[in-house]
Amino acid sequence: MNQILQMRSITKEFPGVKALEDVTLTVGAGEIHAICGENGAGKSTLMKVLSGVYPHGTYKGEIIFEGEEVRFSSINDSEAKGIVIIHQELALVPYLSVAENIFLGNEVRGAGGLIDWNKAAHQAGRLMERVGLHENPLTPVSQLGVGKQQLIEIAKALSKEVKLLILDEPTAALNDTDSEHLLDLIRQLKADGITSIIISHKLNEIAEIADNTTIIRDGRTIETMDMSDPTATQERMIRGMVGRDLAHRFPERTPEIGEPVLEVEDWTVYHPTQPGRVIIDNASFNVRAGEVVGIAGLMGAGRTELAMSLFGHSYGRNITGQVKMHGQVVDTSTVAGAVNASIAYCTEDRKRFGLNLLDDIRHNISAAGLFKLVRGGWINGNEELKIAEEYRASLNIKTPTVMALVGKLSGGNQQKVVLSKWLYTDPEVLILDEPTRGIDVGAKYEIYTIINRMVAAGKAVVVISSELPELLGTCDRIYTIAYGRITGELPVAEATQHALMELMTLERSAELPARNGDNLEASRARGGAEKPSDLDMKGLNR
Amino acid sequence: MTATVTPAKTSTAGVRELLTSNLRQSGILIAFVVVFTAAAIASPNFLSPGNISNIVQQYSYILILAMGMLLVIVAAQIDLSVGSVVALTGAVAAVVVIKWGMPWYMGVLAALAVGLLVGVWQGFWVAFVGIPGFIVTLGGMLIFRGLTYQVLNSISLSPFGGVYYEINNGFQNGLFGGYGVDVFTLVVFAIGALVFAYLQWRTRQGRVAYQQTVESPPLFIGRLVLLAAVIMWLGFELASDRGLPNILILVLALFVVYTLVSQKTVFGRHIYAIGGNLNAARLSGVRVRRINFWVFVNMGLLSAVAGIVYSSRMNAAQPGAGNGLELDAIAACFIGGASTTGGIGRVGGAMIGGLLMAVISNIMSLLGWPMQLQSVAKGVVLLLAVAFDLWNRRRSESAA
Repeated sequence: MNQILQMRSITKEFPGVKALEDVTLTVGAGEIHAICGENGAGKSTLMKVLSGVYPHGTYKGEIIFEGEEVRFSSINDSEAKGIVIIHQELALVPYLSVAENIFLGNEVRGAGGLIDWNKAAHQAGRLMERVGLHENPLTPVSQLGVGKQQLIEIAKALSKEVKLLILDEPTAALNDTDSEHLLDLIRQLKADGITSIIISHKLNEIAEIADNTTIIRDGRTIETMDMSDPTATQERMIRGMVGRDLAHRFPERTPEIGEPVLEVEDWTVYHPTQPGRVIIDNASFNVRAGEVVGIAGLMGAGRTELAMSLFGHSYGRNITGQVKMHGQVVDTSTVAGAVNASIAYCTEDRKRFGLNLLDDIRHNISAAGLFKLVRGGWINGNEELKIAEEYRASLNIKTPTVMALVGKLSGGNQQKVVLSKWLYTDPEVLILDEPTRGIDVGAKYEIYTIINRMVAAGKAVVVISSELPELLGTCDRIYTIAYGRITGELPVAEATQHALMELMTLERSAELPARNGDNLEASRARGGAEKPSDLDMKGLNR
Repeated sequence: MTATVTPAKTSTAGVRELLTSNLRQSGILIAFVVVFTAAAIASPNFLSPGNISNIVQQYSYILILAMGMLLVIVAAQIDLSVGSVVALTGAVAAVVVIKWGMPWYMGVLAALAVGLLVGVWQGFWVAFVGIPGFIVTLGGMLIFRGLTYQVLNSISLSPFGGVYYEINNGFQNGLFGGYGVDVFTLVVFAIGALVFAYLQWRTRQGRVAYQQTVESPPLFIGRLVLLAAVIMWLGFELASDRGLPNILILVLALFVVYTLVSQKTVFGRHIYAIGGNLNAARLSGVRVRRINFWVFVNMGLLSAVAGIVYSSRMNAAQPGAGNGLELDAIAACFIGGASTTGGIGRVGGAMIGGLLMAVISNIMSLLGWPMQLQSVAKGVVLLLAVAFDLWNRRRSESAA
């Protein structure tokens, strides 16, 4: 196979840090090439060098594209050659239409240099056809889901006559169906002769789609493996990424389970803006001291909505139901109330909901438990610093100083700051929403260790996750949630990915009374046995 | 969580580290020192005792407004109404004192009450109705200007005279006598320098006790001596003129209070949290509405203080008073390193920003440059300060 791209001995230095050192990447024409590595390994930097974000001259080494050396000084240069990068955070304008977004910066000119919208819509329609997006080209992008927005990005790339498409974590925010669709599309583009580089943390996905995989660790290339080779296993990839054998992806723990700490009864939540739409329907669950309880559900099932509505009614309206701590009803209608009741919630989206990226690590750690630092009306700044240092040490937050801005940390370390913030409030119940999303294998292990430490101290932990192996590896008991209802409860010994997935896709049946207390019991009883044959989608729209 | 007790090790930092670690703050301070020195060289009158008093008196109300404005800007809001509120509160004080002939303190109380009401009004719309501060205070700018004309029947009221006039224009002196140099003023400044040094020393001891990086002893002492010398020089300048200006006491007191409130109280820290990330603040238990409400109430109150000072300086209340003061206050905050999107900014920075504009205006007057150029200069300084800030931020980002 001839090569479309060769990056030779790329070295990129930032003041004080060597982000890339002598990295070599060879991509064959028409292949799907995966790049994987831990966060901070240098994947994104390498792609920024390739796409001209870091112009020629700011790095050492050379880039050979289609047989000739290229020197890009901006993204425009690389796009002119047919190299298009799609970033993890999509760059679409929400209020503009699909067609306008596709041709943004590349507008279809008609007579007199004015934009010919009819022609643009027509061309957009054809591109959308190619990526399998069946929508009106004039629909505003904000009305489409993340999966479809990703397709628009690809359509946009196609409009630029892309030869090499770079996708940075394309499926990170997608559910399984959308991911599958996207991977199919990438295969189809391959059949059309378009080469793709895909950066991903999802090893299953890489195994499924990639022809070759290059592993990067600490700014160096470790190896490039041919994925058709039977020795190219996930274990080998993980070993390459973390530099050691990860025999146990989850730390060992012997559960010592006590009395129930948190009990939630008949929790019902309505959509914040669409009256009458039930988001959480009569959910009841409990967590006991020393126990890790999982909540498994597909995206949109109501996992985050359940947690956020419990935590200070931060989501939804017309919330009914009871929350008990140690058998006593507590008021969690404000965040302060929930914190008072010793409940803590770590968000799934740490950048938007978890951290003040403008402030330093120290102030972020104390943000929720600030009242504990007040002496006679003033905040004790020295005590605050001491606490921050303690958490840095005990959670192994990698930073030269706790006065560093939290925005400069890697994902895993940011997650540890969010955890520190809530650990400092000394919670009895810690709700972790996707605690390991977007963080690397090594940091994941550390987060699991922290969970274990919490329960060893007799606290209760709730883990919400869409990664079933993670739930099976960390939890003692797993609830499943589907379409806003809790559809099942399994001790981890009886849970398998298959059984959980079945419960997670369980739809509301018409036979069941619409609003009924034993709804839950009924569905639980049913859930273990078989999937109901008579599905009624309308039941959901009640 | 158990504290890991490590053997006491105290690391010390040199000048370079201190400057580079905090370039955002120190950059504007260096700019101020440069401009100040240039002004002193350009005009011999600049450092004359009378002129130093003048600068303080002329710009006091902008400094006062900037302290409130900084909190508003850090909370990612803006207040365009302060110029009108300055006029309205001054007008109310004038009606009470001049028209009704009541004592000066009644005028002060009435102005403060009006400022409080204005703050409650605007805070209500921003915090509890959820209208952006820009809109609420744009409305307020029109409403309170109109009310000022109404209260004053569209004519000026003057003079206040008496104690009210002394608020901005009076001096404390002569208590201990003196020979051309007021001893009282010198004593006050000497005590101030000692208290300052003591507090610095205590802070340092606290940091040492918690094993943090502190300046090396020679650097620490050198800095104290330098600052004490600056304080004493300022004291001597004022003492050789008319003594200690009342307004300086007020501005310094407010400066200390607002620095402490913004840095050392839960209220202050919550303002930064809201400006930094509203959603994260809410999910950390910050009562966002309450904080926003009090930020605007505080701004209303400080506008009233500035209104009193302003009318005292003018010795009159005019319907068009304070026009454009909001822009000076906002500019002071941005020159002083506040972020336009909230979450970043310091009271001390805003003070230096305000003083920088004051010094530039003052030296241009002394050199006899036309008034209109002062406005141009202020605009250029604002642009340069924010450009420096952007450059500095990019520099620190690329270092990451």
